[in-house]
Amino acid sequence: MSTPQPIVSDSLAAPEGGFDWGQLGRFMLSRLGYPIIGILVLLAIWWLGGWAIASNPDTESFADFAPAPAFARLLELLANGYVWEATTPSLIRIGLGLLWAVVIGVPIGVAIGLYASLREVTHVPFQFLRMISPLAWMPVAVLAFATWDGAIVFLIAVAAIWPVLFSTAQGVRRIDPLWFKVAKNLGADGFQMLYRIIMPAIGQDIFAGIRLAVGVAWIVLVPAEYLGVTSGLGYAINDARDTLEYNTLAAMVVVIGVIGFFLDGICVSLIKHFSWHHEG
Amino acid sequence: MSANISIDYITHTFKGQSEPTLKDIALRIEPGEKIALIGRSGCGKSTLLHMLAGLLKPSEGCVRIRGHQVTKPSAKWNMMFQKPSLYPWMNVRQNAELGLVFNGQKDPQKINRLMDMVGLKDKADAHVQSLSGGQQQRVALARSLATSPDLLLLDEPFSALDAFTRSSLQDEVAEITSKEQLTLVIVTHDIDEAVAMADRVLIMSANPGHIVGEMKIDLPYPRNRASASFSQQREALMNRFESLVNDHVPHSSEKNADAESGNATQAAA
Repeated sequence: MSTPQPIVSDSLAAPEGGFDWGQLGRFMLSRLGYPIIGILVLLAIWWLGGWAIASNPDTESFADFAPAPAFARLLELLANGYVWEATTPSLIRIGLGLLWAVVIGVPIGVAIGLYASLREVTHVPFQFLRMISPLAWMPVAVLAFATWDGAIVFLIAVAAIWPVLFSTAQGVRRIDPLWFKVAKNLGADGFQMLYRIIMPAIGQDIFAGIRLAVGVAWIVLVPAEYLGVTSGLGYAINDARDTLEYNTLAAMVVVIGVIGFFLDGICVSLIKHFSWHHEG
Repeated sequence: MSANISIDYITHTFKGQSEPTLKDIALRIEPGEKIALIGRSGCGKSTLLHMLAGLLKPSEGCVRIRGHQVTKPSAKWNMMFQKPSLYPWMNVRQNAELGLVFNGQKDPQKINRLMDMVGLKDKADAHVQSLSGGQQQRVALARSLATSPDLLLLDEPFSALDAFTRSSLQDEVAEITSKEQLTLVIVTHDIDEAVAMADRVLIMSANPGHIVGEMKIDLPYPRNRASASFSQQREALMNRFESLVNDHVPHSSEKNADAESGNATQAAA
């Protein structure tokens, strides 16, 4: 009890004229250290899995799944352009699917956010449709679309529309009613209300929905590309399985994970960009 | 420019309620008059103000501004609320000029003049969320004045501010409305605010909401709150309020007052 309390906590008090290495260390750890630890843990689990597979005579032939052969193969695939060849069509399909999800989902989301009656009418059908796995639409997609590409884009759109739609509707419902009142009072017509008030108010919600949509779309992409097409990441995975090139298969899994990670990062920065919360 | 307003026997009953919130309100407001509507929470003063703004349609009777019936909101009769309600994705200037943008008549010089008038000239490019409550309410004032309204309607606009900011804004608004010859209607439950800003105070009572009396405040602007005449007027208004409203309060009023608004009833203090 008699010990005098330091006035400033030691993390802030740099020694006179000296540099606080402890603080820098903690900063580096929080910015870089933790993610690196996470990556290392993941690699260790993968390596252990590879080792277990290789040391079991029954599964020996799958040993190429391990990190070392996978990364060696990945470098080759990056160098010979196979990764880009597989990725480009997938990204185009994802982009088109998301575009449809936004073009259809945002207007409907705004409408059901604004009108309670519409919300009531659509509640049951939307919750019903939402629960159907996008992959269950596969036979329908194949029948309805003349091209495989069309069917895949449809499957991605079906998966991506719900998060966009519901997040948009949620954003509209959260708009301060006074914002509508003031805008009306200042003479806003319907279009101005939509364009100057509603859309900027919900920009961040739309992109939060798109972020979730990217997640599901990216998951749906691979099985969707098992359909007739001969390009894309899903096709590459399927092809690698059929030709027993397990190192290629694992390398493509890494590619899918890395691209997904970056797509998510893009969404996060878009959410930030369209957020109107400014502190101080 | 200013307008005369007549309220012709308004009675209003909200959907799902059996008792009217407002009953037989009849009133004339002369151009350039500054009116304060005072009363306890639940007396319908805010409802009446919404009708003047065209944001609410009375079930019976009508409001006429310059002889024209008010049926919808217009930038010519502009309302300010307790919350400044600025749009956080726009900077100060963009908020202030919003009414002009809606009406397709951008006027940067006018906005500059208004920014100067409300003392925010050097904050024009700032984020509204970085402003204090008083500054935000000043932006809202500039926004309301930008469309050159005939009539400014204030719904307890300063009640969320600290006492010093409140009184300086009261003086500013009184001065600006005098200079621009605007008609002003302010709803308040603060006796001081009524005496500081209005030249006629209307006292309302609840169940059903109606006007029970009025008092003229004949003091020059800007009003000196420390002067003897201010205190006299204040006391006179207080006494009049007590005698009029307390005699009129039926037993059920407390319950309804709490139901309509969570605001503290300063008028009764």
